[in-house]
Amino acid sequence: MITLSNIILTIGQLKKHFVTRQGIVKAVDGISFFVEEGETFGLVGESGSGKSTVAYTVVGMYRPTEGKIIYRREDISRESKNRSRTMKKEIQIVFQDPGTSLNPTRSIKQILEMPLKVHNISKNHKDRIDKIKELLEMVQLPVDYMYKYPSMIGGGEKQMVAIARALATNPSFVLLDEPTSALDVSVQAKIINMLIQFQKKFKLSYLFITHDLSLMRNVASRVAIMYLGKICEIAPSFDFFKNPLHPYTQMLLSSIPVISDEEEALKPKKIVSTGEIPSPVNVPSGCSFHLRCPKKMDICFCEDPIMVEVSEGHTVRCHLYIK
Amino acid sequence: MQKGYSRQGELPKRWENIRRNWYKFSRNSLSIIGLVVVCIIVFVAIFAPYISPHPESAGKFINFYEASQYPSLVHLCGTDVFGRDVLTRIFFGYRFSLMMGIVVLSLVVPVGVVLGLIAGYYRDSWLDIVIMRITDIFVAVPPLILALAVCSVLTPGIFYAMMAVSLMWWPWYTRMVYGVASSLKGEFFVQAAEVTGASRTHILFREILPNCIAPIFTKMSLDMGWVILIGASLSFVGLGAQPPTADLGSMVADGSKYLPDQWWIAVFPAFAIMLIVLAFNLLGDGIRDMLGAEGE
Amino acid sequence: MNFMPKPLLEIKDLHVWFKVFGGILKVLDGVNFIVWPGEKVGLVGEMGCGKTTTMKAIMRILPIPPAMVPKGEILFKGKDILQMRQTELQQIRRKEISMIFQDPTAALNPVFTIGTQLQDAVRFAEKSGRNTKKEDIRTRAIQVLKEVSLPDAERVLQNYSLQLSGGMRQRVCISMALVSTNELLIADEPGTSLDVTIKDQILRLLRELAEKRSTSIILISHALGAVRGMTDRLYVMYAGSMVEVAKTKDLFAHPLHPYSQGLLAATPRLTGGGIGEGIDGRIPEYISPPTGCRFHPRCKQAMPICKDKKPPFFKVGENHEVACFLFLNYR
Repeated sequence: MITLSNIILTIGQLKKHFVTRQGIVKAVDGISFFVEEGETFGLVGESGSGKSTVAYTVVGMYRPTEGKIIYRREDISRESKNRSRTMKKEIQIVFQDPGTSLNPTRSIKQILEMPLKVHNISKNHKDRIDKIKELLEMVQLPVDYMYKYPSMIGGGEKQMVAIARALATNPSFVLLDEPTSALDVSVQAKIINMLIQFQKKFKLSYLFITHDLSLMRNVASRVAIMYLGKICEIAPSFDFFKNPLHPYTQMLLSSIPVISDEEEALKPKKIVSTGEIPSPVNVPSGCSFHLRCPKKMDICFCEDPIMVEVSEGHTVRCHLYIK
Repeated sequence: MQKGYSRQGELPKRWENIRRNWYKFSRNSLSIIGLVVVCIIVFVAIFAPYISPHPESAGKFINFYEASQYPSLVHLCGTDVFGRDVLTRIFFGYRFSLMMGIVVLSLVVPVGVVLGLIAGYYRDSWLDIVIMRITDIFVAVPPLILALAVCSVLTPGIFYAMMAVSLMWWPWYTRMVYGVASSLKGEFFVQAAEVTGASRTHILFREILPNCIAPIFTKMSLDMGWVILIGASLSFVGLGAQPPTADLGSMVADGSKYLPDQWWIAVFPAFAIMLIVLAFNLLGDGIRDMLGAEGE
Repeated sequence: MNFMPKPLLEIKDLHVWFKVFGGILKVLDGVNFIVWPGEKVGLVGEMGCGKTTTMKAIMRILPIPPAMVPKGEILFKGKDILQMRQTELQQIRRKEISMIFQDPTAALNPVFTIGTQLQDAVRFAEKSGRNTKKEDIRTRAIQVLKEVSLPDAERVLQNYSLQLSGGMRQRVCISMALVSTNELLIADEPGTSLDVTIKDQILRLLRELAEKRSTSIILISHALGAVRGMTDRLYVMYAGSMVEVAKTKDLFAHPLHPYSQGLLAATPRLTGGGIGEGIDGRIPEYISPPTGCRFHPRCKQAMPICKDKKPPFFKVGENHEVACFLFLNYR
């Protein structure tokens, strides 16, 4: 049962628009969802969907154009520089590309020391070194990696350092923006298993972003799919994959590469996506998906559908389901 | 005990890094030549009073018996019209050249780099606009003209020459660092630091600045050559070191009156200038190779 | 009469080393690889295993001062590419083997229009002494763009690469590769940087084109899913040599090498069930690689012999070979 007390993050009609020379880019255009404490909420979508922008806005890299971000009971709909220090400790992010999320001119020790120093987590130098060793052991990296530079370690290991850095401040909520997309499948398995362990051990809540639906199936308890800045469907993981309602969800699921026949049987009937993904500068009128939708109706050209609940916890934004 | 451990882990790694850097530097043999020549010149400049053949030639000295002598075994580069040994004066001249370079760069680099960091990080804010427009103004003035103007208004002398050169040198560092800093501003590792709550000082000096070190050092090495050349040019027109101080530029100026008969009085100092400028350029190339290509 | 078809491409015991600070990187350690005419072969391996190095060796675009090839042959239609002279090599590159790179943005020159680049490709492909007219070149360029299903081919010719989307750029790269009548197309992780739906389109396109023209394809990928529907035979590569080769269906159904099994187990399934365990350890340093079988430090089923000798390919079924001492006495 969902009570107000165990919701850790609420997003209400969040919008983030960028003003560029080509026009207004509506990267995130009115999305709402909530994340329960201790769960992994998955956010899936292709490029231009706005999923990374959501993460960056929640963590405070961008200022929301409109809408609310509420963490526990506190309204934090502001940039990180205007947020309290505690908030910066509580909410952390792991970026997609390990190559650029670590400063190449700083050693691993210095990288991990930074959050400890900023939040005064250890009292003196010796304690800090101990804590850094603890962090490295936690992510299963050898302790003498402290003195290496990012260019000397592999991509998977860099990402483990990024995770260690995020967990150094003992956060409660971690945003994971495609943490394993740049990595091989065997390293991905190791890191995902590690993240799941940490979630249980430190009672973390995750907002997990990826474009890999097979991965999402195995990490998220609830999944939301985004298209051109809006959420199309939210459902518990099992329902999302067993009974996808939105045509875009069906299209995406039918295109993913799988490795066994059982999975093949689970996929919806093949919908060949025609055409390109439109860019968020030129959002089509009405329902933004209508240009690629195989089930479009007349109303889809002019009116944008609203989100409706079709079954317990399963909401969808499509005219097909609006009575 | 813990401190001992971290020391132990750190030292072998530092040595590794030095060896790796030397490998990258030494790929090009010209860079090694540059390094060797620079070292020789520095050594010569420091120990000039002890190793020059005729140390008294550096100051007020007149010996008409030995004046205008051809290069010989006693005077390897000959003597000038006052009987002063040219080679000795070159050694002492190098002192002024190097001092000019060091003083100017020590003033210019900190100021220029800090301004560039601030302007780059606060890009598109009023701070950026103010700093960069001031920089633009200084860049627009031709360097030598500004130096000439300053020196002729104030008393000619090496001190004012150095001030003048410093005044128009800092903008180049600001511009360069501005470019790097503003492009790094959006990088994820900077964002990660901001999001965790790191202070501005930390971000500017500990996240962004280390990434600018490579171009800064390369430029510093190449600049040594340029500053020395400009200093020599100022002396050439009489606005730098004043007689009887041994200075390469003024030696060329004085010696040019006696071309082509007593050619050695001008040619050797000119060659000395060329040598030091070239050596620093080659060294700069090597430093760029060493620091530039980061990518194991 | 026993008619044995000849392989189109055969790599025999290829070794490639790189000279760097601190020693020699022995990247490729005896690669054996065969492609038959008209076949679609997949090459799966994680980052750093040497697959791109192998492909670059085939095209002979390895930077030769740091790189060296101490041993091995690459036979294309029976002739060793490594020994060919420049003129012969150029012919091969223009007419017989093409390569599509991973990142289409980097493969296209941003300061020239697509038309210029494509027409250059056409011109090089047609170069055989004939002076081809400008209109003919342009017609061929448009024809090839239509073949890759690019809408509005004329407009694309005038565009610059940055004006096109990622998927369109990849199609342009494919069309450049198809311009000549190819025997062999090497596709290095096509669509990796693209979205799933677009990647799917690109892979389908490649399959159709290959079948229509009976071109052989080498499809390289680091993920198993991408090669499943696309290939007839599949090689698995680890740390510089091939560890298993089989018909694609067989490999997915019965992976035999511990590494292949590890890869399959670690791939997340749509049916759920959690993520399998990854493979312990990391890929070896090529500067001092493990002795014997390069996988043995990470292998749960390692035996003493694995440390001493490098396992050759053992035949375990029709078209199924494994380089692992577990199958030494397999019958």
